[in-house]
Amino acid sequence: MNPYFARKFVIQGIFIATALILLVRLFYLQIVNDKYLLSANNNVLRKILIYPARGVILDRKDRILVQNEPVYDVMVIPKEVKPFDTLAFCRLLEISKERFDKQFKKAVNQSIYKASVLEKQLSAKVYAAFQERLYQFPGFYVQNRTVRMYPDSLAAQFLGYIGEVNEKAIEKSNGFYAKGDYIGISGVEKSYEDLLRGQRGVQNLMVDAFNRPKGHFAEGRYDTLAVSGEGLKSSLDKELQKLGEKLMNHKIGSIVAIEPATGEILAFVSSPSYNPNLMVGRQRGNNYMKLLNNPYKPMFIRPIQAEYPPGSIFKIVNALVAQQLGLINPSTTFVCGGGYRYGNRVMGCTHVHGPMDLSQSIQYSCNTYYGYTFNRMVDHAGMRSVEGYKRWQAAVAKFGIGSKLNIDLPNERKGLLPSADYYTKRFGSDKWTSSFNISLSIGQGELGITPLQMANVMAIVANRGYFYKPHLIKAIGAKKVVRKEFTERINVGINSAYFDSVIEGMSRVVNQGGGTAVYSKIPGIEMCGKTGTVQNPHGDDHSVFVAFAPRNNPKIAIAVIVENSGYGATWSAPIASLLVEKYLRDSITRPQAYMDRISNASLLPAVAKPITKPKIDTLKAKLKAKR
Amino acid sequence: MVTKQRTIFFNVDKVTLALFAALCIIGWLNIYAAVFDPEKGNLFNLGTNYGKQFIFLITAGILGILILVMDVKFFSTFSPLFYGVSIFLLLVVLVVGRNVGGNQAWIPLGSFRLQPSEFAKFATCLVLAQFLSTATIKNKAWQTTLQAAAIIGIPVGLILAQPDVGSALTFASLIFVLYREGLSGYFLVFGLLGIVLFILTLLLSKIVLIVGLVVIAGFLLTQIRNKKQWMRPIVLGTIGSILFIFSVDFTYSNILKPHHRNRIDVLLGKVEDLRGEGYNVNQSKIAIGSGRFWGKGFLQGTQTKYDFVPEQSTDFIFCTVGEEWGFVGSLVVVGLYLFLLLRIIFIAERQRSSFSRIYGYGVASILFCHFFLNLGMTMGLVPVIGIPLPFISYGGSSLWGFTILLFILLRLDANRMGII
Repeated sequence: MNPYFARKFVIQGIFIATALILLVRLFYLQIVNDKYLLSANNNVLRKILIYPARGVILDRKDRILVQNEPVYDVMVIPKEVKPFDTLAFCRLLEISKERFDKQFKKAVNQSIYKASVLEKQLSAKVYAAFQERLYQFPGFYVQNRTVRMYPDSLAAQFLGYIGEVNEKAIEKSNGFYAKGDYIGISGVEKSYEDLLRGQRGVQNLMVDAFNRPKGHFAEGRYDTLAVSGEGLKSSLDKELQKLGEKLMNHKIGSIVAIEPATGEILAFVSSPSYNPNLMVGRQRGNNYMKLLNNPYKPMFIRPIQAEYPPGSIFKIVNALVAQQLGLINPSTTFVCGGGYRYGNRVMGCTHVHGPMDLSQSIQYSCNTYYGYTFNRMVDHAGMRSVEGYKRWQAAVAKFGIGSKLNIDLPNERKGLLPSADYYTKRFGSDKWTSSFNISLSIGQGELGITPLQMANVMAIVANRGYFYKPHLIKAIGAKKVVRKEFTERINVGINSAYFDSVIEGMSRVVNQGGGTAVYSKIPGIEMCGKTGTVQNPHGDDHSVFVAFAPRNNPKIAIAVIVENSGYGATWSAPIASLLVEKYLRDSITRPQAYMDRISNASLLPAVAKPITKPKIDTLKAKLKAKR
Repeated sequence: MVTKQRTIFFNVDKVTLALFAALCIIGWLNIYAAVFDPEKGNLFNLGTNYGKQFIFLITAGILGILILVMDVKFFSTFSPLFYGVSIFLLLVVLVVGRNVGGNQAWIPLGSFRLQPSEFAKFATCLVLAQFLSTATIKNKAWQTTLQAAAIIGIPVGLILAQPDVGSALTFASLIFVLYREGLSGYFLVFGLLGIVLFILTLLLSKIVLIVGLVVIAGFLLTQIRNKKQWMRPIVLGTIGSILFIFSVDFTYSNILKPHHRNRIDVLLGKVEDLRGEGYNVNQSKIAIGSGRFWGKGFLQGTQTKYDFVPEQSTDFIFCTVGEEWGFVGSLVVVGLYLFLLLRIIFIAERQRSSFSRIYGYGVASILFCHFFLNLGMTMGLVPVIGIPLPFISYGGSSLWGFTILLFILLRLDANRMGII
């Protein structure tokens, strides 16, 4: 027996102990600690989000207003980045080293295990060059996305724009949105977001250590397809819109054109406009700030957000309401001696019109006539003036004035139609009479009406007593669904017979010598219209023109406002007449010079201040005669 | 002749043979899985690692049979020659060697590369066995120990010159052989203490450590006042330890290469470097850890298949085992090795000749060292040391080296009743 025989046990013991240590370690790695399984999945699995294409938006004749264009986001998982040629990388992406450092640091701060966007929206060209050498940059990959593209750069305020979803919206969406998703922020993009956005898909790809895809995890069992967003067919007429935007070049104002028989909006111009393509791509942030700081406020959606005292066009409403109340009839005549006297004051008229009947009062826009009419409706209605005012106000409100029309765009304003209580409070007693707010008779004073509401009033007149909710989206998706609320006829409570003499007066405005807009007569088309001038305490008055055409079986109702351009007949009426002709005839008979004069005219004030609310003190102000 | 051969094969230890075969097969399957590329399909291809390993396995088998049919005296008689050739090759490799991964450890031979350090292992074991079995240890203990240390030291020095720290380290395991043959147990204890002190020196500040040691020594001295014979060892031990601490510091800062320092720092958690030195170990732990209890299944591993683990068919082959076969598979592999090691000790102890016994312990020590360092490395228990897992890792030199190592023992064992 070897003397040191017992030592074999020591050696055996060491061997066994070592094996046990290894097994304990294995037990810890493989069973106790699940960090390693997560890391393994992180190593191998790439969740590739498949972003759905947003719905395309067409015009009423199926011409594209906005479509999608592929772009490529460069993603990075900092943990997997291995040393690489940073300079070559930056050159490929066309970014500076500083930019790269900044973005990379941002990604690291976010999470070293999760993918973050390093550089957004590469063009197809940059992507192609980058993709070829992607294998040299482990930890980086490219994610396909689509962005909006506007082939004609039209209707920016209507279409709105999309942007990355913010934290608040992510929280509110209950997990539908994730960081980096796009969401509609304004315009149709916002109001129809639920339909346009579609549904994200996910691919679980496995990649190797060099980030090369190696197939789908679990044969694609956990993958989902992206579902594209619904397409929308808008009611806009692209050609009409284009012409409208051209004519409004270098001017502040709005055009709204409505098809009276449906409430479909044919043109929706907010001027100054901007190129919607500016709100896409890597320069979006800069462009956005520029637009925001532009003194002419291109981001302001004037057709639904600018509120103006309507001026003379409001006489149409008063004429209709007064007839319905039985206080005047087409042959009611007031004599204009150059103004309407109330107490010891006078609301002046532009001319001494002499005796005027209803149609003439519209034709010549006689202030005196409406002073008397308003006086009858408020003070001589067989009730106290406050009650008379209330009845008048209720009748006017039915025209959609003073409340939202609930157009399918966000951020619509309701305008202003003061209640009787407002005046009672203001004058300290309810003993007030029409003398206290006589300017309402001619559309001045405490009134605020948006261009949309003006156009809608025209649609009501064209329809002789009813309207459909004005809307911009005609049909939704492949099935061409029309929202039910847009098919409901809304009556304004005016007997259709009462429209005759008003329409006659409006026709003469355009078509008969002595009418205020006779220079905007369209050969061969009987357009009925009404000019107006909106007092502007900040500068030149605003020019307004509302119209519909043709007189029989009207196809288009329109409102045009050009700020700071003086009388309605000067700029607004010609613009409206060109659009009406374009829409009805698809061509323009008047000479090109006529059009060029308008589109080339620059009527921008030194610094524009859009009117949002009428000034209260206009009551006390000397009332100028308005046409 | 026929009868003699029959008895040899009859006497060969079947258990060891079975363990050897099992490990080789496990190795080949895992190399196959590590290299497997689902896109290219699984056609058998001699150009791939698993194809080459297949050839290595067959040649290793032939080599094993050749060893078994050789005359048993051949190994003891020619052990100095083997040793001499190994030393020569280790010298040659320093001159003509191919530099792979920072180590000049390979002699190119046609399309293959030979790693002399693998063959130095069995040669050193043989010559050590030869020397110790004839030396008169009891009379001149320290002389013999020094001579034995020199036998081990010469190849270690040459391998360190390559510099292949990992392979050199495996020779340190031969301390078990010396211990079994009478070396003082203090060496094992000192060795262990040395490792502990080494780690503590790197983790703690020197002053804290030295003050701590002095306090402990002082405490011990007050406790053993009436046992004077303990005084000297404690004082000497403390002084030795303090010197050791300074030498560790010196070695660490001046002798170890930066990448060694990094590896040690990563292991000790002093630095976290998941993209540099820490990458291998981290990915290795991820691969093993992601296997969970049952593993992902053969060819289902993603970490190794998709190249996240470096050296996945050689030094880090155990990752594939851990990932695809899980804790169960790892348990089996660890179990097989432990079984093999204990079996080798069992075999060694049943030898009548001390030459065979000492050689057996040499085999066990070297296999143990590889087993522990390789698995410990993949699990993040020891610093990254590039040494293969015997019989499992891809590679001809290592497979042949270990086969020769083991089969010489089997040959000696088959003849255990005879006299060498």
